[in-house]
Amino acid sequence: MANREYTVPELFKHIETPKIEPDSMRLPGPFKAKPNHQQALGFPDELVDNWQQKAIDAMGQAVKQSRGLRVFLDSCVKCGACTDKCHYYLGSADPKNMPVARQDLFRNVYRKYHTPAGRFLSKLGLDWLIGGQEMNQSVLDDWYNYYHQCSECRRCTVYCPYGIDTSEITMAARNIMSNIGVGQKYSTEVISKVYQVGNNLGLPEAALQNTLEGLEEDIEEETGIFVKLPLDQVGADILLVAPSADFFAEPHVDGLIGYAKVLHESGISWTFSSKASEAANFGLFIGNEDSMRKIALRIREAAIDLGVKRIVFGECGHAWRVAYNYLETLAGPFDFLDTSYPMPQHICEFTHDLIQRNQLVLDPSRNDDKTVTFHDSCNVARASNMGGISGGQFSIPRDIIRAVCNRYVDMAKDTTHEATFCCGGGGGLLTDDLMEVRVKGALPRMTALNNVVEEHGVTHMAAICAICKSQFSKILPVYGMSMDMIVSLHQLVGNAIILTGQKEVTHQKIEDQHHLL
Amino acid sequence: MTLGLGHKIYQYWSTPAPFRIPITPAPSTLPGVVLRMLAEIFLFKSLFKANKWIWILGWVFHASLGLVMLQHIVYFQQQPPVWIYQLQPYTQLAAYPLLVSLSGLLLRRFMVDRIRYISSPSDFLMLFLLIAIVSSGLLMMLFWTPNLYEVQQYFTGLLRLTINPLPDHFLLYLHLLLVVFLLLIFPFSKLLHAPGIFFSPTLNQADNARQKPHPSPKTGNDNNG
Repeated sequence: MANREYTVPELFKHIETPKIEPDSMRLPGPFKAKPNHQQALGFPDELVDNWQQKAIDAMGQAVKQSRGLRVFLDSCVKCGACTDKCHYYLGSADPKNMPVARQDLFRNVYRKYHTPAGRFLSKLGLDWLIGGQEMNQSVLDDWYNYYHQCSECRRCTVYCPYGIDTSEITMAARNIMSNIGVGQKYSTEVISKVYQVGNNLGLPEAALQNTLEGLEEDIEEETGIFVKLPLDQVGADILLVAPSADFFAEPHVDGLIGYAKVLHESGISWTFSSKASEAANFGLFIGNEDSMRKIALRIREAAIDLGVKRIVFGECGHAWRVAYNYLETLAGPFDFLDTSYPMPQHICEFTHDLIQRNQLVLDPSRNDDKTVTFHDSCNVARASNMGGISGGQFSIPRDIIRAVCNRYVDMAKDTTHEATFCCGGGGGLLTDDLMEVRVKGALPRMTALNNVVEEHGVTHMAAICAICKSQFSKILPVYGMSMDMIVSLHQLVGNAIILTGQKEVTHQKIEDQHHLL
Repeated sequence: MTLGLGHKIYQYWSTPAPFRIPITPAPSTLPGVVLRMLAEIFLFKSLFKANKWIWILGWVFHASLGLVMLQHIVYFQQQPPVWIYQLQPYTQLAAYPLLVSLSGLLLRRFMVDRIRYISSPSDFLMLFLLIAIVSSGLLMMLFWTPNLYEVQQYFTGLLRLTINPLPDHFLLYLHLLLVVFLLLIFPFSKLLHAPGIFFSPTLNQADNARQKPHPSPKTGNDNNG
């Protein structure tokens, strides 16, 4: 299942809608889950006997439990509004990557077995009339392949006249596949690690403690100020839940240093938790409510154990979606927290608030070596909010960047805000065995970025999602751009903050530090 | 049709929607949601953002259909309101854009490779069916008009459960037969988008997760105990 040879798409001025090329992305799909990971999640080891019937029954169950799924499956009129909206279609031209066609892989089976018209026509041998499809091996292959070419980013939903959410169908299909024994290696492995160790990367407590101490030294070296990065500190006011990539991956870790500086300056006590050392919730990606709940409950338990008053989330797109829209439902009520603060809160809301109240000393000229643009992460843009103001998820990160950088440029309007394009690696696709899908899916974002690079001399793109950052550092070089272009939003904040008591550093010194980073 | 549709609506109503999945930016209040839904239902706002061709064809189709159906009220009332007759010269005209928009939608299904790919035979049949209904109606309006008084007597009679004779008229029979067929397949076809849109959680949920708790129907939020 190694990656086959493929051509990296060429960047043009505009994002063109390609002519369809059937089966151009007909691949084996990502690596399949190992038995031990399947077991850890409570799924069967391998493809079960009589899986066809079990899949059909599971589909019936899924529809009974989700109004959204039922409405989405029934309502599509095949108007075609979504057909040119998916980044994977735009980058690959495979028609099964058009959202409606992706849904139809599921819908056609649903129609045959779970609708009166489908069952009736099926008896008459007239399945073809409405596209009724038998559940068989080739359908399963298509499901496994094409439901892992969807990043659940919901761009198509924005343009659907009925708000049909392809991600809900992708999640349902993945959950059915997991339950008949065909899980995806990457996501199940990640979730198993969260169960065993507490985070996606499997960083144990000792390693975490070590990393944080190392970062404290780095900050002290840079600023001359000791900034504590506390772990498991009982009685702290704030529990900060960050994606585990923030603890060591580039450019994530520079963002984490930014959070630490902001929290330090706020004067409010805070802590990380080794139990909830991960903001991500891959249970969402595989559409499995039990995993999602189990992962969410860790955060609740950590908050209770540490006796915190508030929970703040770091820069992670889907984690913020789950935190904002699902956490209360999955693991609530959070009535033991201080109700005068929003539950949960995003680190951007926290920083924005401090900036508004003039509590941070900022020197935006420290970012003068950069012209910055901002990538709206799909889950933040289309599945959450910040600040409780309409469109706050767009304005708050931009306000912060403008406060800490002198040069900021937006990318084209049809590629930002609610119309933002996914980085290409979201929804459980951030794995090397899906590299071709990731490269092609990044085409629209790379096009938009390349345009502002050429027209406005943009040098850096900030993001507030761990997956986006990892995806871009890998994909930018593929498109002939530098992997250093992608930065954490709080890295920019961290650069600009002058800590209380910190001596002004010369610009030369800053240049040196950038070199070291 | 009423039974089937009633069942479907009950089904949508009674199926749980445990998680908040509004597509954001979304309104955070009920009046806001109502406004959003009205903009979707009457203006096809999302479709407008998506594709101007589909939007203009789809919107003209639905608006003309509405006008034409309004005009058909005269067949169901003994004493139809006067304004319907006053509007008739104008509402009658809606039959033309109705036919044009349907033809446009059909043409797109044939011409655009992406739309052709996602169309199944039933999608074409639905358009043919509508075009046949509209054409037969238009022909009766222009050239070969049945005795409309008798048509009115027939339908107002049906409403009182008495059967009056229907004029012996081929186009009328065809027109009515096709309409009955359309109503029959309504609850079993993609026409379910009509009730469906009201229940679509991405559109009809308010973005208020942090203000208002949404407990899980499964655990009933007993995570405390």
